Amino acid sequence: MPVGLLRIEGLSKRYGRDALALDGVDLSLAAGEVIALIGPSGAGKSTLIRCINRLVEPSAGKVWLGDTDLTALDGRALRRARRRIGMIFQEFALVDRLTVMENLLSGRLGYVGFWRAALRRFPQADIERAFELLEQVELAGMEDRRADALSGGQRQRVGIARALMQTPDLLLVDEPTASLDPRTSRQIMRLITRLCGERGLPAVINIHDVPLARRFCRRIVGLRQGRIVYDGPSDGLDEGVLTAIYGEEEWDAPAESEVEAGDEAPV
Amino acid sequence: MTARTWRRPPLIADARLRWGLSVAVVVYLLLAVSSLEVNWQRVLDGLERGADFARALITPDFTSRSEDILDGFLESLAMTFVSTAIGLLLAIPVAVGAARNLSPLPVYLLCRGFIAVSRSFQEIIIAILFVAMLGFGPLAGVATLAFASIGFIAKLLAEDIEAMDPRPLEAIRATGGSLAKTLHWGVMPIVLPRLVGVAMYRLDINFRESAIIGIVGAGGIGATLNTAFDRYEYDTAAAILLLIIVIVLASEYASGFIRGRLR
Amino acid sequence: MPVYFDDGQPVWRRRSPRAVLLTWLGWFVAVAVLVTSWMFVSERTIWIFVTDAPSQGADLVSRMLPPDWAYTATLLRPLWDTINIATLGTLLALVFATPLAFLAARNTTPALPGVRAAALLIIVASRSINSLIWALLLVTIIGPGVLAGILAIALRSIGFIGKLLYEAIEESDHRPVEAIVASGASPGQMRLYAIAPQIAPAFAGISVYRWDINIREATILGLVGAGGIGLELIASVNVLAWGRVSMIFLLILATVLLSEWVSARVRAAVT
Repeated sequence: MPVGLLRIEGLSKRYGRDALALDGVDLSLAAGEVIALIGPSGAGKSTLIRCINRLVEPSAGKVWLGDTDLTALDGRALRRARRRIGMIFQEFALVDRLTVMENLLSGRLGYVGFWRAALRRFPQADIERAFELLEQVELAGMEDRRADALSGGQRQRVGIARALMQTPDLLLVDEPTASLDPRTSRQIMRLITRLCGERGLPAVINIHDVPLARRFCRRIVGLRQGRIVYDGPSDGLDEGVLTAIYGEEEWDAPAESEVEAGDEAPV
Repeated sequence: MTARTWRRPPLIADARLRWGLSVAVVVYLLLAVSSLEVNWQRVLDGLERGADFARALITPDFTSRSEDILDGFLESLAMTFVSTAIGLLLAIPVAVGAARNLSPLPVYLLCRGFIAVSRSFQEIIIAILFVAMLGFGPLAGVATLAFASIGFIAKLLAEDIEAMDPRPLEAIRATGGSLAKTLHWGVMPIVLPRLVGVAMYRLDINFRESAIIGIVGAGGIGATLNTAFDRYEYDTAAAILLLIIVIVLASEYASGFIRGRLR
Repeated sequence: MPVYFDDGQPVWRRRSPRAVLLTWLGWFVAVAVLVTSWMFVSERTIWIFVTDAPSQGADLVSRMLPPDWAYTATLLRPLWDTINIATLGTLLALVFATPLAFLAARNTTPALPGVRAAALLIIVASRSINSLIWALLLVTIIGPGVLAGILAIALRSIGFIGKLLYEAIEESDHRPVEAIVASGASPGQMRLYAIAPQIAPAFAGISVYRWDINIREATILGLVGAGGIGLELIASVNVLAWGRVSMIFLLILATVLLSEWVSARVRAAVT
C-alpha cells in the first residue's frame, strides 16, 4: 500500500465501559482520493472521522496527516492541525443567527486573533476568498442573509464553503445528505466531489446511502461494528459484500432511495 | 475586478435611528454618571469596614446573639407559613374574579386592579402601611406577605383559567350548571394541580421577603439583622446572612423535589 | 342495565393505599405547622391595636387624600437617582455576570477543578440575599448614598442574571460549537462565534427583565439610606406626612408601570 496523505493505524475507541466503537482500524488515503465510508448506524463511521480531527479522543492508535501525528497534539498545535482539516456536518452545524458571510469567515478563525474575529475585521484575502466560494457553491449575493433564513440545500452549501474557507489539506464529511431530500442530496454530493476533484482535495465521506456512495466515489470502505470489512472499488460492492457490512437482506429488491437515485433527471 | 469588501450588516438598519439611539444612550450615561454624588473619602474610609465584613464571613458568630437569631428565624418562618396559606385561600376567589371568561366586567376590573396594585409595590412599602395600621410585630408582616401573595398567585391562576379550553365550560353552562358547579367541575381541575407548585414558589419568596420587612418593624429576622448592622456587629450579621442563604437553598431544593414528585 | 362486577374483578382506585396515607400525613403536618405558626404570631400581637385597625386604616386613608401634588417638584431629583441606581446597577451586574455565567455553564467552564463550583457559589450567594439587605450592608461600609444603591442592585442582580444566562448557555445547540472547534478556533473564539450568537436574545431579554425588577427595588433602597426616592418616603413616613407619602406612591406606581411596559416591549421585540 502506498504511503498516503492520511494514515490511520490501529485506531480504537471505547466510550466509557461500552463495547469498542472502533476496533483497530487501519486506513490510508492517497493525495486527491475521495472515499465513501459506509455501514449501518452505530458501526462507528461518525466516531472514525471525529477521531481524525480529535473532536472525539481516540483510545488507542495513531492518525498521521502528512508527517504530523494528530493523536500526539495538544492545545495550540492541535488547533493548527485542525485548520488543515475541513469538516462538513450532517445537520449543517451553521451558527443560525449569524450571516452567511460570518459563517464562511468562521472557517478562518484558526488564522486570526480573538479581537479581529470579535470585530469581524478579517484580512481582505479572506473576504475575497469567501465571495469566490459563494459563487462556486451558487450562493452569490446571499452573503448578508442570516443562516436560518436559508433552505436545507443552501445551508449545506454554506457548510461546504465554510469548510473550504480553511484551504484544507483534507476534508471530513459526516452524512452530508442525511437531512436533505433525494434530489438535493445528489446535488450536494456532486458539488462536494466536484470541488474536491478541482482541488485535488482528499476526502472521507460518511454516508449511509449506498447508491449515492456508489455513484460518486470510486473507493468504498465498509465498516461494521468498528471494524473495516470491505475496502475496495465501488463496483466490487456485490451482494456478498453488502451482507458482510449490513447483514442479511434482499439486496435485489429495489429500495425506495434506490429507485429515486436510479434515474437521474437531467438538471 | 476591484477588491470586494464586506462589513457586517448593522443591527438597526435605519441609520438615523441607529445614530439617534447611540447618541441618546451615551448622553444618558454621561448625565447619569455625572449626577452621582459620591463622597469618595467616605468610601475609602469604609474599605476597612469592608475588610472586617469579609473576615466576618469566614468567622461568623452564631453564638453571642443565638437567642435573637433563633427567635428572628422562627418568627420569619411562622410569618412565611401563615401568610402563604392565607394568600392561597384568598387568591382563588380573586383569580376567578380576574378571569375574563368567568367574570362580568366590573368584577374583572376590580380584581385586576387589585392584582396590579399588589404587584406594583414592594413588600416593604406595604409593610409600612400595615405597621401603621396594626402596630409593630409579626402580624403586620403576615398581612403584608399575604397581601403580596394574593396578587402574585391570583395573577398566575387567572392566566391559567383564561387559557383553558372554553368548550367544557360551555358544556357545563349548557346543562344549566350554576356558577358553583362551573367552578367545581370546570375551574378547580385546572387550578388545583397548579396550586401546589405556585404555593411552593411563593413560600420561597415569602421567606426571603420576611427577612427584610423587619427593617420597618413588621417582624422576622430583618430586625435582628438591621440591629446587627447598626452596631457594626459584622460577625453576627454574617451568621444571619449565611443562615438565610442556607434556608433559601434548602427550600429551593425541597420545592424542586416536591414539584418533581407531583408531576 | 346495571353492570355487575365479579368478585375477582380488579377494583380501580386513584391512588395506592400507601400514597393515600402519605397524602393524609402531608396534610396533617401542614395543618400542624400552620396552627403552631399562627399561635406564634398571635402570641406576639397586641390584639387591642388590631381591633382598632379599621379606624386606623380609615384615618390613614383620609390623611393620604388628597396627595400633596406640589411635592412632585421635590421628588424629580430622587426619581432620577432611582432610575440611575437601577440602570447603572444593572449594567454593572451585566459586566460581572456574563463572564461568571460562562464559568458556571457546564459546556463552557474551563477544565480547572473548582472553578465551576466557585462560580455557582457566587451566583447562589448573590441570589439568596435581597438587594435591600445588600444595601443595608453597603451603607454601613461605604456610607449612605446613591453609590451604595448601585452596588446593592448590582450585587443582587449578578446572581439573577448569572443563573438565567448560564442556563441559556447550557441549553445552546452544541453542533455549531463542534463545527467551530473543528475549524481550529480557540476556546475564546468558539464562545464568540458559536455560543454568543445563540444566547444573544436571552441576554437581551434577561437584562431588560432584571432592569424592570431593579426599578422596583431601587424605589425602596432609600429606606436604609442607599439613595433614591425611598429616602423621601421614609422621611415623610417618619414625620407622618401621609399626603406626601401617597404622592410618592403614585409616582412609584407610574414609574413601575412605565418600566414594565418598556421591558415587555423590548422582550417582545428580541424574541
